Amino acid sequence: MSARAADPSRDPSRPGPTTPVTITVDGEPVTGVLGQSLAGVVMASGRTAWRTTAAGRAPRGLFCGIGVCFDCLVTVDGVRDVRACQRRAVEGAVVTTQAEALPTRVTSDVRAGEVDDA
Amino acid sequence: MPEVASTKDHDDSANDGVVVVGGGPAGLAAATAARRAGARVVLVEAGDDVGGQYWRHLPPQRPARDEGQLHHGWSRFTEMRRSLLADEGCEVLTGASVWAVEARAPHLPGDAPVLRVVLAPIGGADAAQREHRLLRPGALVVATGAHDLTLPFPGWDLPGVVTGGAAQAFAKSERLAVGERVVVAGAGPFLLPVASSLLSTGATVLEVCEAAGPAQLARGWGSHPARLLAGPRVMAAKTAELAGYAAALLRERVPYRTATGVVAARGEGRLEEVVLARLAPDWSPVPGTERVVAADALAVSHGFTPRLEVALAAGCALREDGFVAVDDRGATSVPGVWAAGEVTGIGGADLAQVEGELAGLAAAGAVAHPGTHEASQRLSQQLSQQVSRLLDRRRTLEAFAGRLAAAHAPRAGWLAQVTDDTTVCRCEEVTAGRLRAVAAATASTADTPAGARSLRLTTRAGLGVCQGRICGHAVDAVLGRTSVGRGAGSGVGPVSHQRRPIAVPVRLGELAALPAPDHQTSDHQTADHQTADHQTSDHQTPDLTDSEEPRS
Amino acid sequence: MPSTQPPSPSWRSGITDVGAGGGAAVVVDVVVVGAGIVGAAVARALAVGGARVVVVERGQAAGGTSGSGEGNLLVSDKGPGAELAMAQRAHELWPALARELTEELRAGLPGGFPDLELEPKGGLVVATTAAGANALRTFAATQRPAGVRAVELDADGTRALEPALTPEVACAVHYPDDAQVQPVAATEALLASARQHGASVLTGAEVTAPLLAGGRLAGVRTTRGDVAAGAVVVAAGPWSGEVSARLGAALAVLPRRGVILVTTRQPHLVHRKVYDADYVGAVSSGDADLQTSTVVESTAAGTILIGSSRERVGFDASLRVDVLRRLALGALTLFPALAGVPVMRSYGGFRPYVPDHLPVVGEDPRLPGLWHATGHEGAGIGLAPATGELLADLLLGRTPSLDAAAFSPARAGLLDGQAASAGAA
Repeated sequence: MSARAADPSRDPSRPGPTTPVTITVDGEPVTGVLGQSLAGVVMASGRTAWRTTAAGRAPRGLFCGIGVCFDCLVTVDGVRDVRACQRRAVEGAVVTTQAEALPTRVTSDVRAGEVDDA
Repeated sequence: MPEVASTKDHDDSANDGVVVVGGGPAGLAAATAARRAGARVVLVEAGDDVGGQYWRHLPPQRPARDEGQLHHGWSRFTEMRRSLLADEGCEVLTGASVWAVEARAPHLPGDAPVLRVVLAPIGGADAAQREHRLLRPGALVVATGAHDLTLPFPGWDLPGVVTGGAAQAFAKSERLAVGERVVVAGAGPFLLPVASSLLSTGATVLEVCEAAGPAQLARGWGSHPARLLAGPRVMAAKTAELAGYAAALLRERVPYRTATGVVAARGEGRLEEVVLARLAPDWSPVPGTERVVAADALAVSHGFTPRLEVALAAGCALREDGFVAVDDRGATSVPGVWAAGEVTGIGGADLAQVEGELAGLAAAGAVAHPGTHEASQRLSQQLSQQVSRLLDRRRTLEAFAGRLAAAHAPRAGWLAQVTDDTTVCRCEEVTAGRLRAVAAATASTADTPAGARSLRLTTRAGLGVCQGRICGHAVDAVLGRTSVGRGAGSGVGPVSHQRRPIAVPVRLGELAALPAPDHQTSDHQTADHQTADHQTSDHQTPDLTDSEEPRS
Repeated sequence: MPSTQPPSPSWRSGITDVGAGGGAAVVVDVVVVGAGIVGAAVARALAVGGARVVVVERGQAAGGTSGSGEGNLLVSDKGPGAELAMAQRAHELWPALARELTEELRAGLPGGFPDLELEPKGGLVVATTAAGANALRTFAATQRPAGVRAVELDADGTRALEPALTPEVACAVHYPDDAQVQPVAATEALLASARQHGASVLTGAEVTAPLLAGGRLAGVRTTRGDVAAGAVVVAAGPWSGEVSARLGAALAVLPRRGVILVTTRQPHLVHRKVYDADYVGAVSSGDADLQTSTVVESTAAGTILIGSSRERVGFDASLRVDVLRRLALGALTLFPALAGVPVMRSYGGFRPYVPDHLPVVGEDPRLPGLWHATGHEGAGIGLAPATGELLADLLLGRTPSLDAAAFSPARAGLLDGQAASAGAA
């Protein structure tokens, strides 16, 4: 296991009741606590990494936790590049992980559909 | 003077009173003080509640009865928040990211520059189609704080390795420990509250590793840290806070090791083990002292680096150590702009509040219009008494902060841990070896004011999505041009990589939806006007050069 | 490095001891002022041609205009004439140059010298209105007789090249010869190659005064010492006006500011260099007011660059949100699908602008020994190899392949110096 939630019965802050919130991550439902960030919900489910880097194809997850490093980016409801540590989870949020590779080089040899009007 | 609509622009520019950017201890204190002095205030906070990283707390959806147990100065925070939120003269904008500051040269020499602050205030973090808002501050208080400075080591890009700030933020605001078995490492007093936060969530803190050795620590703390408790009251409170954290470690039998650092993090796809070593007084690892600790999280912080985007966009000059230069009331080099808190130097929440209060009072003085002459005089007398008391506090706390900085400042030997295969720029995955090789191949001496700019552009180091916020100082250090490890300062290098005119990412659709400028108040000038203006006014335009690393 | 050309007495320094020891003046054949891409290309061409060269640079390599652009190698925006001829020559030179540089610099660097990212990706010029379509067709028709490949595409052809492009296309013309290069890597590579051919590069050295001898410019005084030379080439981009004024013969070069937006890394969505047809008009305009015309392209790193604006505001680099707004509007007109894409950075720079929009390459008629290589406005990256070749041809006494008279500093409107002193304020 990895990240773990505090045991409410031993928590010095004496937490009140919480409300569950369920999101999907790449189609899989994940349940956390309402008020948590997307990163918190995902980490509490046992997952440490969710982004894949472009060049090295390496896994990344939380790093700075305060919105500075942009390592934890995810796509939320179709909108790319959302910092998972900064966005609160809302019921039904559709999270997809980002793994785009570097673009392939383009050469100018594509001629399809050209109209010769010269 | 060119004939432009200068007076109109001036009138418009002052209609938002004191604009405070940042809702942490400094910003809250600044807003509170500016209100007390009679100014209208807009407090802008990027998070969805005020409090900053120091008072980062549980969201309203999951309240706790004794949340103050997790904090210091909690009642002061809740009182400031309550009164500002209830105050009609203060508008608190949360979830509002300042993404641009326009600063134009003043129309008359000696006047304050015309500032315009653009916000994206509505919608969750990084949402699309947020509404944008334009503020025209009469006075601007920059209280944007700082974030962790983490010096690279092999494996620091493995999932499971996080900053101390991340560990603390998730403990405080989500009651979530970043791991079950956690090593806390780095340098500085901040390691103590990080460990303490982790303990409060039930994590096992395996050890706390402080890079500074006994001799370095003694320079700051003295050989008898307990004596600090007998010092001035403000300092004793600060020391007691730290002593409280230390007691928590003792209770849980967490080893606190000095002269110890991380030399590598290892694991298959995620952190599995941490390699620790004894560090020499210059912070270089002592060969043969390595030991391996199995852990599922590593929280690392080597100090803090200021969040400078807003200050630099406003044209504020920096000190040699990279923090915003201010006088003892918080005035920056730009008329009409004040700064307070960690963006001006690392001193902790108590000092930040004192600085915020001073800056808030001064900024209010620049815009406030109290009703009668007598009322105004009475107010200014009260204020001047407050100011002299605050200045005393400020001096004491600054002295303490200076000692702590010296006690934990990175030393040059840390670079020995940055092997050639160590990733330095996390976003673009640029290794130290690549940086060094390209520097040699391009004969980049990197010793000129332009700095390592070309090297960043050719290697892409610092050009990724974090825009060098995380790696900037380390890149400079690897290239041998930095103060990291070279002075008693904070470990912050020069600012060659710090200019980010777009302070946080903003989506193209949002940019396109911005209102077109009103021609009546447009201060666009033709080239001839602009040039003539500069020649006749002899005004030093704030250095607003765009971000340094362009083509990304 | 032995010269392959007969030395020309007008530039070849008679003194042979080269060295900077003991505060003595450095003595070379040619001093090049400015380590941007034009200075780097000139230095390399001269060094390869056998001249002893030192480059003096106030800041760092590619620290000014060269590091502030997209890296355009364009023929699409140029009508028939001297600049198009230079662009076509540059287009011939670039592929071989990139190969040579890669070969020369391969040794000893793990992972190789930074990639020049030379991509012959082609350009697509798009008109979204009927009027724009007419203008674009007319312009393309004038280019073809001059040898420009400009192929009008139908809707399917356009979609095949750029699937994410707006369907509201009135006319699209494909320019297969447009290309892109990483300008800073290219500048560094040219400098590194010049060093391999015996040149040296002195950064942090600002030119303060001329060294004169017998009515000729015989070198420069810099903040890092004197450099005596048979010829001085000012390749200081928009600062050429200021530098040449310090040397005693001001040139009318003005800065023309441009701003570009950079997005975060995206899935590959934009494949070519895609321009709004207005771009052509903005490039050739002399208007001081803000103009924006849309250029959208991806970089090898996966980011998208969105340009471009043109305004003459002196060297004022302050951020203007309205410029960003107009750039974004333009990009979304061409690529509506980019609306959700975050912009992480804006950057700007100053193009060296001369009133007739033609590069200035050649010897100054007022001061023998003073040579200019500037005025490329936004095209300096692409035109650099042809500029270096032309200047070296002229200075080394070879027959240039381009019509040198068209680029001569002696042409009308350049030598009054007025504009230059205003721009340097």
